[in-house]
Amino acid sequence: MKEFLIKIKFDKWKGWLYLSPAIVLLLVFTGWPIVNTLRMAFLEDYSSLGELSGTVYSFGIGNFSKVLQYKKFLDTLTNTMLLCVLTVPLSTLLALVIAVCLNAIKPLQKFLQTIFFLPYVTNSIAIGMVFAAMFNIIGVHNAAGPETVGIINNILGLFGVEPINWINAGSDYWANIAVLVVYIVWDALPFKILILLGGLQSVNKQYYEAAKIDSTSKLRVFTRITVPLLSPMLAYVVITGFIGGFKEYSSIVGIFGEGMGPAGADGRLNTMVGFIYDALAEQHHGRASAAALILFGIIFIVTMINLYVSKKKTHY
Amino acid sequence: MNDNVNETITEETQATPETAATPETNQTQESVLIAGVMHEQDIQKVSAKQNVVKIISKVAVYAFLGFMALVVLFPFYWMLISSVKTLEEYNRQIPTLFPENIVWYNYVEAFKTANLGTLFGNTLYVGLVSTVLSLIITVLSAFAFARLEFKGRDALFGVLLATMMIPGELFTITNYQTVSIFGWLNTFTVLIVPFLVSVFYIYLLKQNFMQIPNELYLAAKIDGTTDIKYLWKVMIPLALPTIISITILKMMGAWNTYIWPRLVANDEAHRLITNGLRNAFTEASGDVNYPVQMAAVAIVSAPLFMVFLFLRKYIMKGVSRSGIKG
Repeated sequence: MKEFLIKIKFDKWKGWLYLSPAIVLLLVFTGWPIVNTLRMAFLEDYSSLGELSGTVYSFGIGNFSKVLQYKKFLDTLTNTMLLCVLTVPLSTLLALVIAVCLNAIKPLQKFLQTIFFLPYVTNSIAIGMVFAAMFNIIGVHNAAGPETVGIINNILGLFGVEPINWINAGSDYWANIAVLVVYIVWDALPFKILILLGGLQSVNKQYYEAAKIDSTSKLRVFTRITVPLLSPMLAYVVITGFIGGFKEYSSIVGIFGEGMGPAGADGRLNTMVGFIYDALAEQHHGRASAAALILFGIIFIVTMINLYVSKKKTHY
Repeated sequence: MNDNVNETITEETQATPETAATPETNQTQESVLIAGVMHEQDIQKVSAKQNVVKIISKVAVYAFLGFMALVVLFPFYWMLISSVKTLEEYNRQIPTLFPENIVWYNYVEAFKTANLGTLFGNTLYVGLVSTVLSLIITVLSAFAFARLEFKGRDALFGVLLATMMIPGELFTITNYQTVSIFGWLNTFTVLIVPFLVSVFYIYLLKQNFMQIPNELYLAAKIDGTTDIKYLWKVMIPLALPTIISITILKMMGAWNTYIWPRLVANDEAHRLITNGLRNAFTEASGDVNYPVQMAAVAIVSAPLFMVFLFLRKYIMKGVSRSGIKG
């Protein structure tokens, strides 16, 4: 019995013992970065190379004001916002309609559900390259053969649309954005469908039966029963969609390569994450930290707004 | 869901769904009126009409889903058929939807161009080692949070959860400096160690561990069973589905990671598959050999699809709780 008591006493330390590997790693790779990012962001023009060679940096908010006046940063901010605003509503709406349709059928439901989940288990860089191939115009630089306009232009051609230069040199900014929107929505659908269908399947069937007896129209059932009951899941996919959207980077690398733009317009489609990495590569650690904190601030605010709105609108 | 209810509805109310399309304000009055004056024949007519509406809406739903499924599948299809076309056939002005003659040499070429063998080996190594180590740390931490009583436990857990909100890019800047100082650049260590702890996985497993009755643990304690033995014999088997989900997501992570490896280990010997793929086919100008590129993409995508086919349940379960890719 005495031995048992000693063991229980030892328990008080055992918890920390078991947690020690996790805590050590978290202190080094999560705790310190948080402190250090704040430090670097508020030291004027900080660079860690400079610090190692003995330069002393003064405290100030210069990194933030410089970043916010920097045209390159504002462009990446515009690109990121634009992609968010275009892709999140579109993918959420499409996912909602698909989930509702999937929920309404019995035969083939599992099969179709699996198909709709497929884009999730892909590599965004690899499939980005497939999208690039589909939108590409081949033979522009090649005098040897006739120009091939790419399968997407071929399909659009069936409807009488003239071939569009989507992603090649000299392409229009909005054509680039359109390709990115298509790809990002395609990539974002599986997760949203999974969550929304899961939500739909857990909705109490009684609401629908009541609506049926009251002969409520299908549209009204959708807007007055389905959407409100789904609102927690909708809020969830919208929040995660915005967070993912603000961190958009690898889909652009997948389609346009590391130039982050069509040939001859490098960096035109760069995003906030891309800006942070560029600043890091140029040894502007202070600037990169300030940009990362701004990104965090935006994500934080968007999450809070979403939570606030969904709390007001959530019918639970 | 509406249609199931339809079938159970009695004859009297059968007239009502017909008015479903009219504006909802007059709806109830109208339907009562209609039901009142309706004869037997009319009811039959209405129910026939209603069946037609039902069939049409079913067809519409299937048509929409089928169309969307085609849209979702098309990139995969295009990747596969392009990878077995000759360059001449791929470059034709009017593309073929099915290759005229199937060739396999693009795959051989892709393997050589992108040096896929080494890339596969590196990725598999990093994926396996980081999964095993990460699982050990996650299990121990989740056990401590779920079963052991100690001061500051809940506060610590709260702090850990709060860090999940911070975007990873914020850590990367400092971590890059840290690993440089450690002398880890261009090693496998740098690809494994910084990401061993995932607060989300600890959270997931802790929730699962908490569902296992505490009495089992106390009984084992009195029997003198060690914690490790108890974990191995009781907790891990009971939480196996969650552990499998974590394993798959972690492996997928190694397969798909791009930004960090490019930053810290982009040399030939340590390069991972995604970086290798992107690097091998980044041409500054001129025409790319797309069939070879598509073959490379297909090779890289294949393992993910295999895992998905066999372990779909675990992936979908893990994903629906995480919302994180990889």
